[in-house]
Amino acid sequence: MSLSAADIRAQRTKRRHLGRLILPTYSWLVIAYLVFPIIIMIIFSFNQIHSGMQVVSFAWSGFTFQWYHQWNNLPGLTASFWLSIRLGVVSTIIATVLGTLLAIALVRYRPPQFRGKAIVEQVLFTNIAAPEIVMGASLLGVFVTYNIARGFLTLVLAHVMFSVAYVTVTVRARLAGFDRSLEEAAYDLGAKPLSTFRLVTLPLIMPGVLAGALMAFALSIDDYVTSNFVSGSISPFPVYIFGATRVGTPPQVFVFGTVIFLVGIGMAMASLVLAKKE
Amino acid sequence: MRTFWGVRQGYIQSVTNRASEVDTASRDISSPTGGRRAIVQIQGVSKLFEDSAAVNNLSLDIYEGEFFSLLGPSGCGKTTTLRMLGGFEEPTTGRILLGGKDVTYLAPYHRDVNTVFQSYALFPHLNIFENVAFGLRRRHVSKDDVARRVSEILEIVDLPGFEKRRASQLSGGQQQRVALARALINEPTLLLLDEPMSALDAKLRHQMQIELKRIQTQVGITFLYVTHDQEEAMTMSDRLAVMRHGVIEGIGSPKDIYDSPTTEFVATFLGASNLLAGEVASSDATTTVVRVAGGTTVSLPTERLPKGLDGTSVKVGVRPEKISIVPSTSDVGARNTLRGRVLVSTFTGVGNQYIVELANDTRITVYAQNIGSDVAPRSGEEAILAWPVEHTFAVVPMEGASRDAESES
Repeated sequence: MSLSAADIRAQRTKRRHLGRLILPTYSWLVIAYLVFPIIIMIIFSFNQIHSGMQVVSFAWSGFTFQWYHQWNNLPGLTASFWLSIRLGVVSTIIATVLGTLLAIALVRYRPPQFRGKAIVEQVLFTNIAAPEIVMGASLLGVFVTYNIARGFLTLVLAHVMFSVAYVTVTVRARLAGFDRSLEEAAYDLGAKPLSTFRLVTLPLIMPGVLAGALMAFALSIDDYVTSNFVSGSISPFPVYIFGATRVGTPPQVFVFGTVIFLVGIGMAMASLVLAKKE
Repeated sequence: MRTFWGVRQGYIQSVTNRASEVDTASRDISSPTGGRRAIVQIQGVSKLFEDSAAVNNLSLDIYEGEFFSLLGPSGCGKTTTLRMLGGFEEPTTGRILLGGKDVTYLAPYHRDVNTVFQSYALFPHLNIFENVAFGLRRRHVSKDDVARRVSEILEIVDLPGFEKRRASQLSGGQQQRVALARALINEPTLLLLDEPMSALDAKLRHQMQIELKRIQTQVGITFLYVTHDQEEAMTMSDRLAVMRHGVIEGIGSPKDIYDSPTTEFVATFLGASNLLAGEVASSDATTTVVRVAGGTTVSLPTERLPKGLDGTSVKVGVRPEKISIVPSTSDVGARNTLRGRVLVSTFTGVGNQYIVELANDTRITVYAQNIGSDVAPRSGEEAILAWPVEHTFAVVPMEGASRDAESES
């Protein structure tokens, strides 16, 4: 019943070939699962619509570029899109500055210089973990109580609030591996604290800051729950879409979805290429 | 201060007294820095970290243009001393003068001191040119001058044409030379070097020691070098100080400290020493005789007796390479002799190392150069050890000293 060395070798080779197949197949299945709805969206953004109501139907009735030509032929869609972009940019800038400074404070200082550090950490965690619906409802309560008109300002306040913790966590991860002697070297060479931050610290934590900013922007651009509570009479893109799809999805929504997806892919590719260049 | 450290004060005082005596001697007679101006004056500096003193009432002068080393095991306070000079730590008490000016509480960016960090701390997001130019740019030196001086200094550290590279593309030794160039280009009053060779392999370290000494001679800037490597300190320094527990235990030229260590710790930390516990039997103006265990006597020059000696207990010492193994006691002359049995004999190429056990189980290390000497006893054979009286020194026996040297180094 003993196997020869050649037999064992043949068996192992076979097993190795099998092993080489299983994981890649599994990975592709997961990816297919993830992109399936996106593929459907892209396909049906090119579907013709014959009925009177311009809503997407998931029965193929012919290829068309019509909806790409009429991309802004839907009252309010473009306005809400640009509102979301403005909202995303403004809240991202504010959240990134606040979050980065908070991350530096949390990494650099501990009690007794930084009293209540543990509480701050706890609040950050709660901020990430708390259900959005709770935050949205309580924010609305606050705004109503203090009679603050809902609109762009309240949207910015809310968006900064839910993205600042993500920026802090991302930047802090980058700072954890930061060699403090680099800052000492800058002081040593005559750079004052502000110059040191500008010339040494910030450039070195920039990847973390950018990643945090990207995350804040992504959170802002597709936020529905909180925005719905605090937007008042204006509608950011997700709020608008949600309202528009109640009767049926206008094909322009798929057009925007496709374009946003492609822009996202493009940005991811660009950052990959840049990272390789580095 | 005095009352706070009351318990250790006597001990500290005796060490500082002794240190300053050696210091004076070396300055006047053997030191190449004789008569020069003290560029760094550390006056009674202590540094407490959560009630334990990293540096304890330290006083030290460093002279213009000298290569000075602080040598000691980890935790001896050498790095803390360097960081106080760089402005990265504030002394708890005491003063630090740089070129006669009080800089005790001055921020690092306001003092004329530059540092080569242990990790080099090269800016990874800047190329070599911008790294080296960093200090000049902060002082708004004109563009042409910056370019000229950077290429000059890269020439000096033997890295010409490396301007466009990144630090990550350089080897450890090259990175170290960039760190050196980045500090030297500012022509500081004092250059601090914090164990800069600890990340290099042995061969490269040896090359860099020679290189560093050459550069120091060429630029003429005062170097303060911190290391735990005694060979490194001896190779490069004009003077060095051996530190332990935040206190200087010995200071002087490498030769002075090596040949006449003042404490047991210095004798064992700086090079190898054979130490024999004994009692002073007789002493006159020139020669002191010490009776060691086993009844043998060892003579040494009276001037070599430690100053802080109280009572008659001493340890006499001799360096392994000073001892020769002789065929018989007849031709020993006026030398000190010991009789023992060879335990281990090791051939090291350049020489033979013997461990010889005396009658009372004391072990003596002997190092004989490979110059074809005829007496080469094998393991188990009897041997007679002899060395000149003037190569004998004595230290105050100190409890725990030798154990410290082994565990901390």
